[in-house]
Amino acid sequence: MIRLENLTKLYGSFVAVDDISLHVPRGVLYGCLGPNGAGKTTTLRMIAGILRPTQGRVLLGGDDVHVNPLAAKMRLGFIPDRPFVYDKLTGVEFLRFVAGLYGQEGDSVERRIAELLEVFELTSWQNELVEAYSHGMRQKLIISSALIHRPECIVVDEPMVGLDPKAARLLKDIFRQFVDKGGTILMSTHTLEVAEAMCDQIAIIQHGKVVAAGTVADVRREHQAGSSSLEELFLKLTGGAHVKALVEVLGA
Amino acid sequence: MKQPSLWHVLQPKWRTALQRMREERDRGGRGKLVVLAVVGGLFWLVVFGLLYRILKYLRGVEELGPLIPNKILGLVLLSFISILILSNVITALSSFFLAKDLDLLVSAPVDWLRLYLAKLGETLLHSSWMVALMAVPILAAYGVVYHGGVLFIPYAVLVVAPLLLLPAVFGTGVTLILVNVFPARRTRDLLSIIAIGAAGGVIMLFRIIRPEQLARPEGFRNLLDFVTVLRTPTSPFLPSEWATKAIMGYLRHDFDPLPLILLWTTAAAFVTLGAVLHRGMYAQGFTKAQEGAERFIRGGFWRWTIGGLLKPLPVAKREFVLKDIRLFFRDTTQWSQLILLAVLVVVYVFNIQTLPLHRGEPVGFYYVNLVSFLNLGLAGFVLAAIAARFIFPAVSLEGRQMWLLRSSPLDLRALLWSKYWVGTIPLLILALLLTGITNVLLEVAPFMMIMSLAAMFALTLAISAMALAFGAAYPQFETENAAQIPTSFGGLVFMMATIALLGAVLAALARAVYAYVRGAFEGQAVAIDAGMIFWFAVAAAVCAAATVIPLRLALRKIETFEF
Repeated sequence: MIRLENLTKLYGSFVAVDDISLHVPRGVLYGCLGPNGAGKTTTLRMIAGILRPTQGRVLLGGDDVHVNPLAAKMRLGFIPDRPFVYDKLTGVEFLRFVAGLYGQEGDSVERRIAELLEVFELTSWQNELVEAYSHGMRQKLIISSALIHRPECIVVDEPMVGLDPKAARLLKDIFRQFVDKGGTILMSTHTLEVAEAMCDQIAIIQHGKVVAAGTVADVRREHQAGSSSLEELFLKLTGGAHVKALVEVLGA
Repeated sequence: MKQPSLWHVLQPKWRTALQRMREERDRGGRGKLVVLAVVGGLFWLVVFGLLYRILKYLRGVEELGPLIPNKILGLVLLSFISILILSNVITALSSFFLAKDLDLLVSAPVDWLRLYLAKLGETLLHSSWMVALMAVPILAAYGVVYHGGVLFIPYAVLVVAPLLLLPAVFGTGVTLILVNVFPARRTRDLLSIIAIGAAGGVIMLFRIIRPEQLARPEGFRNLLDFVTVLRTPTSPFLPSEWATKAIMGYLRHDFDPLPLILLWTTAAAFVTLGAVLHRGMYAQGFTKAQEGAERFIRGGFWRWTIGGLLKPLPVAKREFVLKDIRLFFRDTTQWSQLILLAVLVVVYVFNIQTLPLHRGEPVGFYYVNLVSFLNLGLAGFVLAAIAARFIFPAVSLEGRQMWLLRSSPLDLRALLWSKYWVGTIPLLILALLLTGITNVLLEVAPFMMIMSLAAMFALTLAISAMALAFGAAYPQFETENAAQIPTSFGGLVFMMATIALLGAVLAALARAVYAYVRGAFEGQAVAIDAGMIFWFAVAAAVCAAATVIPLRLALRKIETFEF
């Protein structure tokens, strides 16, 4: 469903993403892990068509995002890590606007909006301007907007940031059901417990390159990590094990 | 605990400013710097030249000569203070209560006095730099005419510094009190309406009292009254009067230290009082400023009106247009500018109406047509300024939300289309009304009326396209205040390009209009010949090119945006 072929992104001489090739099959929840600045967000933004790759291509359901963007983007729901939305629109107006961007309108959209607002407990806020929403509420609104057109695949950057435990649990359930029904999700996360519990497959990215990919069991086997946790595996692969002891860092 | 220096507290600000300058330089911004320097230099020269000539002339006039320069300087400084108070009140709201660095500063162990002084300095700099630059050619003209010498430069700085500081302290104090009464965002809304309303009122008042009448000899009925008015200080308790006395005393070699002492001691007292006020009220005000300006919106006014009208359009375009209209009318800093626009239109029409063309004597046919023709250029310029304010920022304002537009299947042509027509249709209505009404007032012939309306129609389409394209070419994604976006370098380039367009179109039309006026003056019937058609075609082609090419370039530019 999502295919990255030799994807590369340069910012001047800095290589943010270095020749990444990945395939996320239909019906899979795929996790993208990596330390800060590894190139996860840049990769996701290229998949969403926001950034242009310096080299390589992104295919969504067979359509190149930069050659045939409209067809490719019709299949996609993108959830960014920072919830920037129009402050002077109400929640319901924002969702109606996003539905319009996907060419959808009418009663079915109104029903879908009501349904999503209900699920994310935003109904009582639907006629408030977004400027009055908390960070978490904005995040919920953006997640709703990504689901409004019933996408085939979702690309999501740090989905749990800003969500309360109830909403986080809800999102996990939604993602699982979405994938079980044949949807595809590619998400980046720092929360290794979330990745371990939710992802069918993972890729660990370091310095813009994929250093390990497959199921967690595959990655463990490949890197002879025995029964170690995903956290230990992550630290082993990304060099985080060399970090000074926490006690020392905190100066206690 | 050792407190950080003021310089350190303001570090994020000045480091950001330095970094921006470096980025500009790396992007080949030298050209921009040269253009800005040339335009700024020219402006300075014009102001200096005009004032120099006036002062030079007045020095030679016996009775009134010595009085008028005092009065001019007093009024200039008084208007500076008024502008500064207003701009400081608005700036203080951002720097003391809404700035992004405040969470960090307020949560850090920085003492209240340091925070106050650092933010006062920031407010002063942001709101006063333009006035300070404006003061340079004015004071230079006084210095040169009165032979102030090199020492006049540091002396003028000594006088102007407290004059800038006083409104800054006063403005921040007013803001502090307002924020303690209303939430900060509401205060911002309120202030923008008051500021715009006040500016509009002043313009109207100034225009309606018709100052040009003073230049007529019959205006000076009583010379003695006039001299008495000139001798009276504008406002003896205002710092602008002290500064005037300090400067004129120095220049006339009649130095009196009292005004200077008054200026500096008052400034020191103000800063102290401001600090005391800050200590007592800031914490409460800052807490209140965190309250959102939430508003419960139920009505679907735009959806049922404009949305209904746009029903035949594809849903993406319709929703985009509706979104832009809603955002505009819900943002007080945006819609309140319409007040100023309305004032501008009224003053414009008033000016045309008061032109001494029709005074009972036979109408000056030649002058009427000349004014009507020149009116095209002037109206075009006014429209360009309006387009700079309302259409130029359109692309920049999408900045933070561009992730949504770029990740959705929205055709960027639809985005451009929506932005273009949302800006163009109101501009077109305004342009045609302005031209039509002024032509009716001028009592022009049908030929001029049709030609003006057609030219204005084509020009408006081109001006809108250029505003959108230059706005896309020089985007300001980081600026949250739409009113600041046109004051950028891109805005300046847009205005210069529009003036060039107006020049080209008027030059082409002038040939056709000249042929008509000559024919009509000689009593011949209006004959539209091949020459006329050729020049009309040239003007139309220039407008068409200035519409299509910028829109294409804008589309290409938007396609390359990365976020």
